[in-house]
Amino acid sequence: MVHEWALAEAIVLYIENQGVKRGRKLFVKTGALQSIDREVLEFALRELIKEHGLELGEIEIVEEEPLLKCRNCGYEWRIEPSSMSRDVRETIHFLPESIYAYYRCPRCGSIDFEIVKGRGISEIKVEDHD
Amino acid sequence: MIEDPRIPKAIKNLESPRSVYLVVSSKGGVGKTTTSTLLALVSSIERHSTGLLDLDFVNPSTHIILGLDPRVIKYEEEKGVKPYMVLDNLYYFTIVPYTMDNPIALRGGDASNALWEILAIVRWNDIENLYIDTPPGIGDEHLDILYRLRRIVKPIVVATPSRLALRSIDRLVDILREMGYGEILFIENMGNGLLRSYAIEKKLIYAGFIPYINEIEESIGSIEKLLKSDLLSYVKTIYKNLRGFTRG
Repeated sequence: MVHEWALAEAIVLYIENQGVKRGRKLFVKTGALQSIDREVLEFALRELIKEHGLELGEIEIVEEEPLLKCRNCGYEWRIEPSSMSRDVRETIHFLPESIYAYYRCPRCGSIDFEIVKGRGISEIKVEDHD
Repeated sequence: MIEDPRIPKAIKNLESPRSVYLVVSSKGGVGKTTTSTLLALVSSIERHSTGLLDLDFVNPSTHIILGLDPRVIKYEEEKGVKPYMVLDNLYYFTIVPYTMDNPIALRGGDASNALWEILAIVRWNDIENLYIDTPPGIGDEHLDILYRLRRIVKPIVVATPSRLALRSIDRLVDILREMGYGEILFIENMGNGLLRSYAIEKKLIYAGFIPYINEIEESIGSIEKLLKSDLLSYVKTIYKNLRGFTRG
């Protein structure tokens, strides 16, 4: 119960700050680069939703595949966290930007690339909220 | 989403310490990192629970001053990340255990992302004084913090007695005033008190000076030597002068 708890707290605080108290469904889109354990995140969300007195019904968490793009040659590529070594995956789990310390563009070797999508939480939506 | 969801959590985490000092300078090489590290060391030996956060992602160097190998810095994971305990009262966070000191070139958006991720996941519970070291200049990291955490952070501007540094500081002070910072703390590094009048003229709060001494180079990398350094008495004076100023 580590990073996921902190992210769940961030999500719940965000929803509270939007003035939302009740809804039919909470939808969260996470980035696969962060290798979020969806079960742990959902558990943490349920606990915190209860603790904060919110009623958000169903929870749906979907994961977005990471897409990287080289700023030097324009090459786009996908990366599977499961293909990374355990240490690197763990590191990127905590801080996705540490990917820049370990990867280069596979075509031109540039370290100047960007994470186009699939980095971290990119969408939080409460459906049919009050 | 209209706002980054990590920001409310970052605010919550940084509301915990009694004071959060953001050590800034628009000019590189003025000794910002040494100053923030020494202040954190002094605060901890004064028996206050202290945090040191290195937000220089491209060129982190507080671990070099403290003599810490990135491989020994381990964070405990408990509902987020607990900083590494360097001394009894000194807790520390830097990205070097993640990057293993490899160079990373972060552009603005990436620097902001890394910043909010760290501020949202690192917990500073039970910390009294938190010192945040920042990269030189005014980049996205500074603007994010200074704008979004205005009521939480207290800026400390570090400068050396050089015309170039002061011209640059003039601009930084103007930016901070524009952002609504009334109280701006000021530390003169590698000086002898000459900048007191500059601080008064600019309506900055002069916290003191740290002289230049040759031995500092030899003390870098050893907490023991830093704590015995002749600089320490100057840093203690500054530390005491800062104590009344806690929030933005």
